[in-house]
Amino acid sequence: MTTLTLGKALNRGLRNALAADDRVVLMGEDIGTLGGVFRITDGLQAEFGRERVVDSPLSEAGLIGTAVGLAYRGFRPVVEIQFDGFIYPGFDQIVAQVAKLHYRSRGAVKVPITIRVPFGGGIGAAEHHSESPEAYFAHTAGLRVVVCSNPADAHVMIQQAIASDDPVLFFEPKRRYHVKGEVDEEASLADAKPMGIATVVTAGDDVTLVTYGGLVQTAKDAAVAAAEDGISIEVIDLRSLAPVDYPTLEASLRRTGRLVIAHEAGQQGGVGAEIAASLTERCFDFLEHAPVRVTGHDIPYPPAKLEQHHLPDLDRILDGVDRVLGRANSLSEVEA
Amino acid sequence: MTLSDRDATGLLTRPGSFVQLVDETGARRHDAEFDPWVADVDAAALGRLYRDMVIVRRLDAEGVALQRQGELGLWPPLAGQEAAQIGSVRALHDDDFAFTSYRELAVAWARGVPPEGLVATWRGTASSGWDPAAHRVAVPQIIIGAQALHATGYAMGLRWDHSDAAAIAYFGDGATSEGDVSEAFVFASSFEAPVVFFCQNNQWAISEPVGLQSKQELARRADGFAMPGIRVDGNDVLAVLAVTRMALERARRGEGPSLIEAVTYRMGPHTTADDPSRYRDDTELAAWRERDPIARVLALLDGLGADVAGLERETAEAAGRAAAELRAACLGLTDPPALSVFDHVYAEPNTHVERQRERYARYLALFDGTPDEASDEHGGAR
Repeated sequence: MTTLTLGKALNRGLRNALAADDRVVLMGEDIGTLGGVFRITDGLQAEFGRERVVDSPLSEAGLIGTAVGLAYRGFRPVVEIQFDGFIYPGFDQIVAQVAKLHYRSRGAVKVPITIRVPFGGGIGAAEHHSESPEAYFAHTAGLRVVVCSNPADAHVMIQQAIASDDPVLFFEPKRRYHVKGEVDEEASLADAKPMGIATVVTAGDDVTLVTYGGLVQTAKDAAVAAAEDGISIEVIDLRSLAPVDYPTLEASLRRTGRLVIAHEAGQQGGVGAEIAASLTERCFDFLEHAPVRVTGHDIPYPPAKLEQHHLPDLDRILDGVDRVLGRANSLSEVEA
Repeated sequence: MTLSDRDATGLLTRPGSFVQLVDETGARRHDAEFDPWVADVDAAALGRLYRDMVIVRRLDAEGVALQRQGELGLWPPLAGQEAAQIGSVRALHDDDFAFTSYRELAVAWARGVPPEGLVATWRGTASSGWDPAAHRVAVPQIIIGAQALHATGYAMGLRWDHSDAAAIAYFGDGATSEGDVSEAFVFASSFEAPVVFFCQNNQWAISEPVGLQSKQELARRADGFAMPGIRVDGNDVLAVLAVTRMALERARRGEGPSLIEAVTYRMGPHTTADDPSRYRDDTELAAWRERDPIARVLALLDGLGADVAGLERETAEAAGRAAAELRAACLGLTDPPALSVFDHVYAEPNTHVERQRERYARYLALFDGTPDEASDEHGGAR
């Protein structure tokens, strides 16, 4: 075991992927000489050369579109989008090309492209630097969408994403980049838990609390706080947003009967909406209360000095827990 | 002489004009720079180019007819662009890779795509009719200009693989306004990618004239990207062959991308769903009919003393056979099995899609008692 930050764990995972398969190429803005604005690719160009770790012109459509061409040529491109809010110029190439090419070619062309996206808020950043655009991609057939939340997962999941023959949107919680954790760098990828499987990070009996990315730690903290009140929360780190690991969620919800879903992204049409609906369909007879969503507001990401009013935090999550338990909460006086 | 020996605007020393080796009357116009690129094209080779163009024109007419008869949902005619497509595709080496839009029937045909592959998309039985690796032609692209980036990425990969193959991107005049095309120019230029951007300026993007896309010759777009831009008579198959060979050789030598503007004309509608009489008049069409790409080759061959009557007869027979094969292949394409709608969404097993497949199979089973058969390894009821 090695103690690594989440960012360094990604760096080591990328290094392993580059070393394991010479068709893996990293592409992105400032990822070479600089090592990326978050230093996730630090040192990799020096080690693997300018044709494996490629500084690209400033064009997200160009990055994704050339990655499609490289996939035609048999490469395994790993594209870094510098910040969440910068992905939209590449949206057409992702949704119309990357997501559909395997289907359109009737399986003849594999599209093993990994698109890394530092995402989410909580770092006091400027506009377009704190967004959570994952639902757009979870909505798009043909893409896999995964989110890491800790160094150990980051190290394994980035390698799994790159090894996947499907295109993967790989979301990295940028506010967790500097958090340290134990990473088993010697562990075999073959024995690792598949990236599509969720993880029960805190066992509990009263409430199932589902989240991902930067909020996983917040949810764990909430579980600790709730335990002091005698409430047992089971925290599940989704890890994969497309497809969702419903068997793990169902097994928990059938025991607890109460579901809270938390994410930074807005509520409307979000991942929480889909999970609430799907779990209600699957577990209706087991529910003791309607599912509760604790999410960002449906607003453009606010200025940095207001972001604490947008992002779900420990107290807002606990307020949602109170609601799903039928206890006094902020909405007790509100009908519907 | 190479393209890089000229400054980019030098290719437009006669503004508004273009490289032309065979004029509208079939007279051979000598060009010291470009003649060497087609020095091997004798009367027999010209006859083959003529034959290619006649066959694809006949296939195209058959496609239109099949659509009119309700056998195809849509057809995007290539009529008028035979020389641009045949001249360029015949310049490719076998291991070069073409990324096309949806109108490049001649490119797919010349690369050996079988008849059913040429019509499957338009009959609605498949999104693509062929395996790209088998024919070195990507699946047809409907998003305007998107394939320019794919060709560029492929070419970047060629360079990193130290391959001497090249890529070619086909797009139209309308596509030059898309960001993807300009971004492809940037990437190709910066990475010196061995790619040829082959723009068929057929004057119209559905109803919009090329003047709405650009106030100057499209080839001059190349200037801003430090690559050569060359304007060619797109209805002169010999000139198109020459300039495309030249640009491809430049790419193979590691000198980077080029932009070719093939000046041609879309004689028919944008697609069979379009009505060009609403936006252009017959006099324009008549003027372009005088510049027909096929007639001039026949006239040239006649001047060379070839057996033109025999060639015409043999070619017409071959074209008729090809059209009959296209029709038979089209009529032979049956609707795919219902559950194949779920095939190939992902390359790897996917729990979500498999669940939806299973549930839809159960729904279908309400009607005939048995789930439909799916078409691949993930298929069937689960």
